Amino acid sequence: MIGGLFIYNHKGEVLISRVYRDDIGRNAVDAFRVNVIHARQQVRSPVTNIARTSFFHVKRSNIWLAAVTKQNVNAAMVFEFLYKMCDVMTAYFGKISEENIKNNFVLIYELLDEILDFGYPQNSETGALKTFITQQGIKSAVSSKEEQSQITSQVTGQIGWRREGIKYRRNELFLDVLESVNLLMSPQGQVLSAHVSGRVVMKSYLSGMPECKFGMNDKIVIDKQGKGGGTDEAGKSTGKQSIAIDDCTFHQCVRLSKFDSERSISFIPPDGEYELMRYRTTKDIILPFRVIPLVREVGRTKLEVKVVIKSNFKPSLLAQKIEVRIPTPLNTSGVQVICMKGKAKYKASENAIVWKIKRMAGMKESQISAEIELLPTNDKKKWARPPISMNFEVPFAPSGLKVRYLKVFEPKLNYSDHDVIKWVRYIGRSGIYETRC
Amino acid sequence: MPAVSKGDGMRGLAVFISDIRNCKSKEAEIKRINKELANIRSKFKGDKALDGYSKKKYVCKLLFIFLLGHDIDFGHMEAVNLLSSNKYTEKQIGYLFISVLVNSNSELIRLINNAIKNDLSSRNPTFMCLALHCIANVGSREMAEAFAGEIPRILVAGDTMDSVKQSAALCLLRLYKTCPDLVLMGEWTSRVVHLLNDQHMGVVTAAISLITCLSQKNPDEFKTCVSLAVSRLSRIVSSASTDLQDYTYYFVPAPWLSCKLLRLLQCYPPPEDGAVKGRLVECLETILNKAQEPPKSKKVQHSNAKNAILFEAIALIIHYDSEPNLLVRACNQLGQFLQHRETNLRYLALESMCTLASSEFSHEAVKTHIETVINALKTERDVSVRQRAADLLYAMCDRSNAKQIVAEMLSYLETADYSIREEMVLKVAILAEKYAVDYSWYVDTILNLIRIAGDYVSEEVWYRVIQIVINRDDVQGYAAKTVFEALQAPACHENMVKVGGYILGEFGNLIAGDPRSSPLVQFNLLHSKFHLCSVPTRALLLSAYIKFINLFPETKSTIQEVLRCDSQIRNSDVELQQRAVEYLKLSSIASTDVLATVLEEMPPFPERESSILAKLKKKKGPGAVSNELEDGKREGGELNGGGERAADTTAMAASNASTPSPSADLLGLRPGPAAPVSSGPPCAGSLLVDVFSEGPSPGPNVGANDDGFLRFVCKNNGVLFENQLLQIGIKSEYRQNLGRMYLFYGNKTSVQFVSFVTTVTCPGELGSHILLSSQFSCQLFIGLKTMD
Repeated sequence: MIGGLFIYNHKGEVLISRVYRDDIGRNAVDAFRVNVIHARQQVRSPVTNIARTSFFHVKRSNIWLAAVTKQNVNAAMVFEFLYKMCDVMTAYFGKISEENIKNNFVLIYELLDEILDFGYPQNSETGALKTFITQQGIKSAVSSKEEQSQITSQVTGQIGWRREGIKYRRNELFLDVLESVNLLMSPQGQVLSAHVSGRVVMKSYLSGMPECKFGMNDKIVIDKQGKGGGTDEAGKSTGKQSIAIDDCTFHQCVRLSKFDSERSISFIPPDGEYELMRYRTTKDIILPFRVIPLVREVGRTKLEVKVVIKSNFKPSLLAQKIEVRIPTPLNTSGVQVICMKGKAKYKASENAIVWKIKRMAGMKESQISAEIELLPTNDKKKWARPPISMNFEVPFAPSGLKVRYLKVFEPKLNYSDHDVIKWVRYIGRSGIYETRC
Repeated sequence: MPAVSKGDGMRGLAVFISDIRNCKSKEAEIKRINKELANIRSKFKGDKALDGYSKKKYVCKLLFIFLLGHDIDFGHMEAVNLLSSNKYTEKQIGYLFISVLVNSNSELIRLINNAIKNDLSSRNPTFMCLALHCIANVGSREMAEAFAGEIPRILVAGDTMDSVKQSAALCLLRLYKTCPDLVLMGEWTSRVVHLLNDQHMGVVTAAISLITCLSQKNPDEFKTCVSLAVSRLSRIVSSASTDLQDYTYYFVPAPWLSCKLLRLLQCYPPPEDGAVKGRLVECLETILNKAQEPPKSKKVQHSNAKNAILFEAIALIIHYDSEPNLLVRACNQLGQFLQHRETNLRYLALESMCTLASSEFSHEAVKTHIETVINALKTERDVSVRQRAADLLYAMCDRSNAKQIVAEMLSYLETADYSIREEMVLKVAILAEKYAVDYSWYVDTILNLIRIAGDYVSEEVWYRVIQIVINRDDVQGYAAKTVFEALQAPACHENMVKVGGYILGEFGNLIAGDPRSSPLVQFNLLHSKFHLCSVPTRALLLSAYIKFINLFPETKSTIQEVLRCDSQIRNSDVELQQRAVEYLKLSSIASTDVLATVLEEMPPFPERESSILAKLKKKKGPGAVSNELEDGKREGGELNGGGERAADTTAMAASNASTPSPSADLLGLRPGPAAPVSSGPPCAGSLLVDVFSEGPSPGPNVGANDDGFLRFVCKNNGVLFENQLLQIGIKSEYRQNLGRMYLFYGNKTSVQFVSFVTTVTCPGELGSHILLSSQFSCQLFIGLKTMD
């Protein structure tokens, strides 16, 4: 289990230090600073073993969060906790920065006491935490006696993520399907690897203790229904639109037994924002963009690069925030760029040409060409030609996931599924989207 | 150095460096560097030529980036261009870049060498110095190849400036150290020696480093330097502190030079010329006298400089080892330092005394400080000083004070630092053995040693005590008694159990008369430790048990019971199981006579160099070994009553036992395969039998006793044939597929043999091994030649 948790700034100064177990000494703090933050070689592994002590770290801008343990813990669990911790802190005081951490250090210690107990992660649901860890002072004790007992019953009860007696005038439900698509493509346009990792994020403002049911075009469910429905043809036709999910994880509110038996996702939602599920797909991915590179070396001192990008989705949709990054050789001494659309610039500090396009509709094509002048070096090393990478945002789910239904039942209060206002949004972003050249 | 002119500030560089220092993260730093690199690349690529200043600035930036740990793969050309500049600062930056970044890049090396050559032949001393520094800093083989011939010329040329001479001497030293084969001795060598007479002290200081290094390799060529060095030294020593002006350091005249001179003299034996020697002795006396004078300054630098010279002088005195008077004086001087409050001085004094102790002239003088040294061992706070004190105690030990020193070291062992314990244990063991007059004292000491520091007692130590007990009849009874008592302690070190098992197994009968140590009590005592021990010890104990059966037949049933129990006879360890099974069978089948023969008392071990001494030598560096050797010389023959016993080098069992394998075999009965280890492969053995059965000694004498040569199945040497007239011996040795054989013919009569012929016939298989047979005959004739 986690023995301690430290937060450092970029200089390696300790901002927060919370030790949960006796086997973690004070020197562990320094060990991480010396061996990771100030290491000569940049430490790339998120897990570092120093003197039989394991350090798991994540970095948010200039802040290092490190969990320390001497035991053989589940590393995935520790990282899940660290990410959750980041989410909680963001929910409480916004961006994680040195300034914010210093200003809220009392709050952070309070949170750390609550979400980790003797190194075991506890309830880290922001909504639930906010009911008993507030940034305001504690209200007078007399009036809150009832409230206190309510908190106790909630924290120890079956549904720890939602308190009773919530009331909204308007029952609203927001659902976002956020996906990031990762790709590695050969220069000839062959897909070497591609996968989508997606999240379903919800924001619910519902009264009472509603029971929700979420349905999507999961292949197994559709096939099952197709069979149940009777004809084979029906199964085939629906199967075309269904997707195969490789693996998925759920928020604790989802009834896993029901998912295992019927593959239906039913849950009592927490109040406010939360991540309902996470999933990954690798089949039948819609690649929103195709990058066609053309690199020609003219003698030892010149390089000509031409890159075409093609958008590959419905013409009615618009992709945004498109950015293409073309790496340049390390001995570049000058660059001339011509592009038809957007803006392109040689960024010496990053050793790359960065081409930005604000908006681009589907089924379009755009091109950039650049002349790179090189300084002849006495180094015999050839340029390794790193891949061209791309960033974008599209308003659909590249995995093909569709929300089929989202039903709300509240037997006690008198509002029905139809009275709930539901919003659904799809956003597809680029993860690591690279094409070799 | 020329003053920095107004434009040389290089603001751009300062801005860049401060930018980097202000970077908040590694990423930001890398971004800034990438940007700067791109800028420099575009500048270097640019069509218009850069002026010297900006070239220098950018090369500086590149150097800075390189020193931050990034790769630089361009800019070398620009740096080389800077070399040919006429401005000092530009040239300097160029050389700096080259000496930091140069790699054996073929095209550039030529250009660089060219530039360096130009500078070396220029008349400008600063440029020459820069070039020399660059050569020395790079110090590669290529540099040596290019300039090893040039530099000596500069060094000895009459018109070279002093500062250049200094640089040249040090540069040559560096090149000599990297590739001694390229710096050829020549007519310049004699002139280098004369640099010792140079007016300029700096040149002398630089030259003497070079000469010291060179003379270590070719002492004869530089022999003349001794008298020069002595006269130089006497001039410095006798000068007043104000005479040397710049070279007086806190009232000490030229301390560095003096130290180097003294060190140079240590490369040579004492000068033969009486006048020179007299002068040198005078110098050394003056130095010793000066140490007695009150300090001229309270500053630590003053005393440091003074003491540095003093210690070098003492080292020289020890090196000469021929002036009793000086040696005793040095020893007394060091004795004063032993109580100095400066830790470093105490350390150095102890260290020098260690070497002094080995000199016959000063040994007695060193011994007078024994109390101080023992005190140092007990109270010193610094572990390295304690270590030195222990070393010194070891070095000053002799017959007269051995008991005291060993006792002190033993009592120190209990508190000694873990890092030096093992060495201490070895030293105690050696001293105890070397100076033992009374062997009961020796046994007591070693058993104490095992009790106090059992973990640090290496195998060799307890092997040795057993060897000695076995070889000395007079201590056996005492040893058995002491061991028996020591084993009664509730917590007993495993090494103690080993010694106990062995000694009781051999000599338990000597104390069996006492009812308190009756056979059964002895056995039970040993067996109570059995389960706490590791496998090798258990194996040893099992052997002790079977010996008990022989010694005390009344214990037979008890011991057989123990051997028969499952934990022995079915032990998962093969060695233990085998022993249990074999011993059980042996004890139940064999008659008492056979048992008594098999389990006879071990024969005395041959005398040989103590294995502990060898171990200690191995532990210390080679420097310490020479000390040990001297020790050995002085004590010659004292080693444990030396060669009283004839050493039977052929006794195989003994040689096995003196360096036993972990499962040391008490009985000389090796379990497992019967083939003896030290003889050649068994097949080779049988081959030899073949050779001689058809044999070299035909005629009526053939009747070589059969069991005689059957012995050679497991032996490499011995008497092959013997009658009243002639003795034929054979000795053979094998290494892999090669063999060598000596035949010795001994004439037992009082008259000479005439026309003595031996014929060696080789059977077919052997004859095909040409190499073997030719060596065979050759060795044979050598053997013949030495016969009469």
